[in-house]
Amino acid sequence: MSWFMQSTTSAGLLLLVFWLAMWRLNVCLSGCQNSRVIKFLVPLIFGLTLLILWEGVVRIFAINPVLLPTPSAIAVRFVGSLPVLWADFVQTFVKGALTGYAVGCTAAFLTAVAIDRSPFLQRGLLPVGNFIAALPIIGTAPVLVMWFGFDWQSKAAVVVAMVFFPMLVNTVQGLQASDHMQRDLMQTYAASYPQALLKLRLPAAMPFVFNGLKICTTLALIGAIVAEFFGSPIKGMGFRISTEVGRLGLDMVWSEITVAALAGSAFYGIVALIEKSVTFWHPSQR
Amino acid sequence: MNWFHHRILPILVVVAAIFALWYVGSIGLNARWAYDKAKRAEISLSFSEMVADTWSQEKPKLPAPHQVAAEIWKTTGDMAINGRMFSKRSLIYHGWITLSATVLGFVLGSILGILLAVGIVHNRAMDMSVMPWIIASQTIPIIAIAPMVIVVLNAVGISGLLPKAIISMYLSFFPVVVGMVKGLRSADQMQIDQMRTWFASRPQTFWKLRLPGSMPYLFTSLKVAMAAALVGAIVAELPINQNGGLGARMLVGSYYGQTIQIWSALIAAAVLAACLVALIGVIEAMTLRRMGMKR
Repeated sequence: MSWFMQSTTSAGLLLLVFWLAMWRLNVCLSGCQNSRVIKFLVPLIFGLTLLILWEGVVRIFAINPVLLPTPSAIAVRFVGSLPVLWADFVQTFVKGALTGYAVGCTAAFLTAVAIDRSPFLQRGLLPVGNFIAALPIIGTAPVLVMWFGFDWQSKAAVVVAMVFFPMLVNTVQGLQASDHMQRDLMQTYAASYPQALLKLRLPAAMPFVFNGLKICTTLALIGAIVAEFFGSPIKGMGFRISTEVGRLGLDMVWSEITVAALAGSAFYGIVALIEKSVTFWHPSQR
Repeated sequence: MNWFHHRILPILVVVAAIFALWYVGSIGLNARWAYDKAKRAEISLSFSEMVADTWSQEKPKLPAPHQVAAEIWKTTGDMAINGRMFSKRSLIYHGWITLSATVLGFVLGSILGILLAVGIVHNRAMDMSVMPWIIASQTIPIIAIAPMVIVVLNAVGISGLLPKAIISMYLSFFPVVVGMVKGLRSADQMQIDQMRTWFASRPQTFWKLRLPGSMPYLFTSLKVAMAAALVGAIVAELPINQNGGLGARMLVGSYYGQTIQIWSALIAAAVLAACLVALIGVIEAMTLRRMGMKR
């Protein structure tokens, strides 16, 4: 027994040394010249160190895999159940989140443009929209599941409800972003309202619009997953997470979370890429 | 008066429009059930009878606002008058459970966020290794792991307030980190140079320049964090039936088709969120005024 204790302690020490060495390496690297490689390398080393520490800690201290599976076990499970994960991904992300995101963001954008000519409505809708955006809209999920049934339509509806107001507020603010001089210039050109809207105010609104679009990527995925906790067909990421948690199949849960993380990051990354090509003129992109 | 026309009237109009839409919506959604009921009883409904019925059903698809208001009054004010304020059926009891988890998680998350931000601002290695992960983690639907955290912590024997507070903390610390890093770096070069000419040490620069300068950023992100903490607490109450909380109330309501109960819990959550965010707004206004940052 004492041998076991000793080996555990020494292995723990080894992990600590490993952590310190990696941290030292990062400190050295970050002190170096600013280059793209280093900017990429430092966080990568940090992430890998965390994964190795996780694996080590779970193995050395013999933590029950039901509580915390090792990264390697999760990876094995991930590769082993790719078809299931793919089906869940299609059900939740492609059908639920993406549909809702497209419908909700388009509706909010069109509403913002529609009320653009009425300062009265804007003054009314902005505070109310800001207020609603701060509310726990996710709570409408049980209601919407009741209305639209268990399949992906209800998930898309939850996503629409979640993304509408953040998107609306951002677009309305964006449409007010062009400054007075620029609008006066449009006036001197005798530009009509649609012309000014298309050539000046919409392009000027794009940084705000994309800010809204980026916020909504995360909200969409959250909405689609949480809505499935209230009832879903027998596939979907939220369904899988809640049932596997019930069966204590934590490695499967972590695999689903990996999928969610990858999908969420990729979604955000794609929107950010589009933003870069649309708002190339903005100072933050240069 | 001008102020009223300019600021309050538009908001009132929009809110009134929302209520009107709500009433119309509840006619549309509940009409089918009203007609079905009438058909079974073999009576024909006039339009006004139908409307009256859709606004007073027991399990409507969309309860009318006054039904929700009546339910909220029945489970808060009425019970409080009868001295059963903390009975298990009162919304005050459930709201209190959610509120305590939210506030605990919010406080823990804000402290963690501020500490991380201080570390990130003062340590280049930490900035480069941690910051990208913090930003990346914002693109990940953190809430998806909420049920797992709850169940796992339950299995280890930790239940009740703490697991919910942990999820609230997890959701609320991101906005604080991002806002605080921005805030602590908001002091401009001139001011930092000024501190240097006074031969101020790093802690002195931090306490006298960076920290005060970050306050507006801090309060803005605290508001976001508070809303996120409440969402976290509510979602944390969903996965397994726990003893109380607004989220649990919604879940039970959705099991038994008690739509009025779901809506009253929803409105209670909304009121709670509004009060908490407004509270931070008041603290912000007071602090900034005393610091001379707001005119």
